[in-house]
Amino acid sequence: MTNARPTHTSAEQTDIVVIGSGFGGAITAYHLAAGGAKVVVLERGPWVPSDEFDHGFELGTSSTRIFDFVAGDGMSVLGGNCVGGGSVVYFATMPRAPGFVFERQGSIGRRMWPSVINRDTLDPWYDRVTEALPISHQTWEQVPYPGGLWAAACNHAGRTANLPNVAIDVSKCTNCNWMMAGCRFDAKRSLLLNYLPAAVSHGAEIRPLHEVQKISKADGLYRVHYNVIDDEDYRETTGGGAIDAKIVIVAAGTAATPVILQRSEADLGKMPHGVGRYFSGNGERLNTAIIDEEKAREVLGLSRPDGRAYAANQIGRGPTVVSWDHLDGSLPEFSRFALEQLYFPPGLGTILAQAPGVEGPGWFGPEKKEMLRHWQSWLTIFILSEDNNEGVFGPPPPTGNSVRISQQMLGRGALAYEPTKETLHGWELADAEIKDILERDGLARVRPWTNDLVGAYTVHPLSSCRIGDDPATSALDHRHELRGHPGIFVTDGSAVPGALTVNPALTIAALAERAVPGIVRAAQERGIPVKYGAPAPDGATSAARAVMPLLPALVAR
Amino acid sequence: MDTSAETASRTLTLEAFADTFVPGEKRSPDDVAIAGAAPGPGAVMAGAIELLEMPATGVASGLDDIVSTLNDHASDYAAEHDITLDAAVPPFVALDYEHRSALMRILTAPDHPEKEFWVLTALFCFMAFDTAAHMNTVRAMENGHPGLTTMGFAKPDPDGLWRFPDFSYGRQLARAHPATTPNGDPA
Repeated sequence: MTNARPTHTSAEQTDIVVIGSGFGGAITAYHLAAGGAKVVVLERGPWVPSDEFDHGFELGTSSTRIFDFVAGDGMSVLGGNCVGGGSVVYFATMPRAPGFVFERQGSIGRRMWPSVINRDTLDPWYDRVTEALPISHQTWEQVPYPGGLWAAACNHAGRTANLPNVAIDVSKCTNCNWMMAGCRFDAKRSLLLNYLPAAVSHGAEIRPLHEVQKISKADGLYRVHYNVIDDEDYRETTGGGAIDAKIVIVAAGTAATPVILQRSEADLGKMPHGVGRYFSGNGERLNTAIIDEEKAREVLGLSRPDGRAYAANQIGRGPTVVSWDHLDGSLPEFSRFALEQLYFPPGLGTILAQAPGVEGPGWFGPEKKEMLRHWQSWLTIFILSEDNNEGVFGPPPPTGNSVRISQQMLGRGALAYEPTKETLHGWELADAEIKDILERDGLARVRPWTNDLVGAYTVHPLSSCRIGDDPATSALDHRHELRGHPGIFVTDGSAVPGALTVNPALTIAALAERAVPGIVRAAQERGIPVKYGAPAPDGATSAARAVMPLLPALVAR
Repeated sequence: MDTSAETASRTLTLEAFADTFVPGEKRSPDDVAIAGAAPGPGAVMAGAIELLEMPATGVASGLDDIVSTLNDHASDYAAEHDITLDAAVPPFVALDYEHRSALMRILTAPDHPEKEFWVLTALFCFMAFDTAAHMNTVRAMENGHPGLTTMGFAKPDPDGLWRFPDFSYGRQLARAHPATTPNGDPA
């Protein structure tokens, strides 16, 4: 490309740039490449093969290479930082969102979701992802001890407990619980096993360690500016460049997408009000219980072949059993939640846990150390509730989405979050429910994690650039196009309007699948020779065929 | 102070800091850094100072500031509480465990302007104990790392990978929510 103007120096050109390679990036990249478009995926993290997924906590192993912890003001966000994004570090729990979630209003006085999306209209897109990953059922014979203990405790307290669907090939799983460092055994059906290799086979190019900073305009195209990041010390930049494209898909993750768009505002013009606002932490919160081993035997009748009743905190594959007793659409908003058994590795998973019975903060000191002696008898319960979209992103840091403190993993971001009374009410109800279930008959002593150190925290950040019908409270239309900036689409967790009360990966993925036909139409209008209609990455076609009649409504603006 | 005295003072202060979060037993009767507030090895014996000194953490270059600021806070705290400090050791080290702990509660409280700084440094003290993040985890297990051993962290297989073939009670332990869809999702 030749251009005399110094601000428009020549840049590489492609049809479509996808920023990020998690669910929102991998799914769109696959369909667009399979449909005939020239696609480049820019991913800020490394591309790590399965045999480099370490079992270990040492700084510099995969547990810090592919995982980010960004502390904010009142909210800290944990997320993936690698090719495959969250799918590589997640626990692969894949429930569909309950129907009432789509009717939520939050505090905006109207339905948060676009009127055309509800559980019924999203189900065909859930089906596509279910077929693609694939997602499968668990059986009780496959449930690890911590899930079994939670189920037995729920049952003892007169509650129900479910086995959520998972994107795990359980026959390959060793229950090692190193999932957050990547699955060494390819049991977890991350995007590295389906959408991403299929995208590459259709010609998509994935560039790891390319951290997008901003988007500008260049001769009717969008110009995507990136830094190249050192592969060991992420604080260091080794180069940079730009790529021009007709369409840009921003899927950098909920904690990064709005930051890129904020930083682009000077070049692209005013961003919609919803960019960097309405962030939701999915109403997440954790409680740690210390199980009384004898009571687990006496009260719940549990025992292992070696004679122990439980002592199995380390065994399993993240969450396997969940209580959905409070996912009841007839209950008022901000009082509905799921309670999921979870494993959280030591490190981040131990500092915030508080010793029960200690007056004041219980996160350090002799009692906390005594609590650590019983670590194998811990049971962690994860609250997924309805928060009030309180999060707001402040001015962007100089590069990336945080000022990196450590070589890898730890950074300080610009997200501010102050929970409102509605969010606090939901947490209070959920804490009380956990206590009621687990402290019954002396089974355990329970205490919530402290929010005093790093604020609230979430592994499922959502909504920082959300879809909706109301331009005042949503950054994207129902087709995921950024309002006022045609040709820019956002397809990651930031597009989800609000907390889901369940693990969100399947909903994020289904929305990305649903967004593809509209992006294809926009690409066609810009002269890109691309068609919609690719099968699942492994060639399966039943879910693909089922969505074809839905396309006309999806591309309508 | 000469350089070696400064180094000793710095190490004593960092050890006393780490020991406040995950306390341990004294290494010897005249151990002044470790307060002896809990039985068994604590953060110091687990390698907290080694981890804090690693450049990868991002706090190593600031440890001198951490030490001097902490000792300034300790002097102020002692003055406010009418405590006479032993001048032979750094001020924070001169505080007993109860007062070290009380000072750290103040510095890590949500409204303290330096909270983030102290929480971040404390985080690495915890990580030394409960993850041995300064060393290879398999080697840490082989060497009987104090923190992982205290927690009962399971040993890996001979190839350095963890597998749990005994993992399930193997039976149904609760009934599903009645509104579950045939596909296994919430309605």
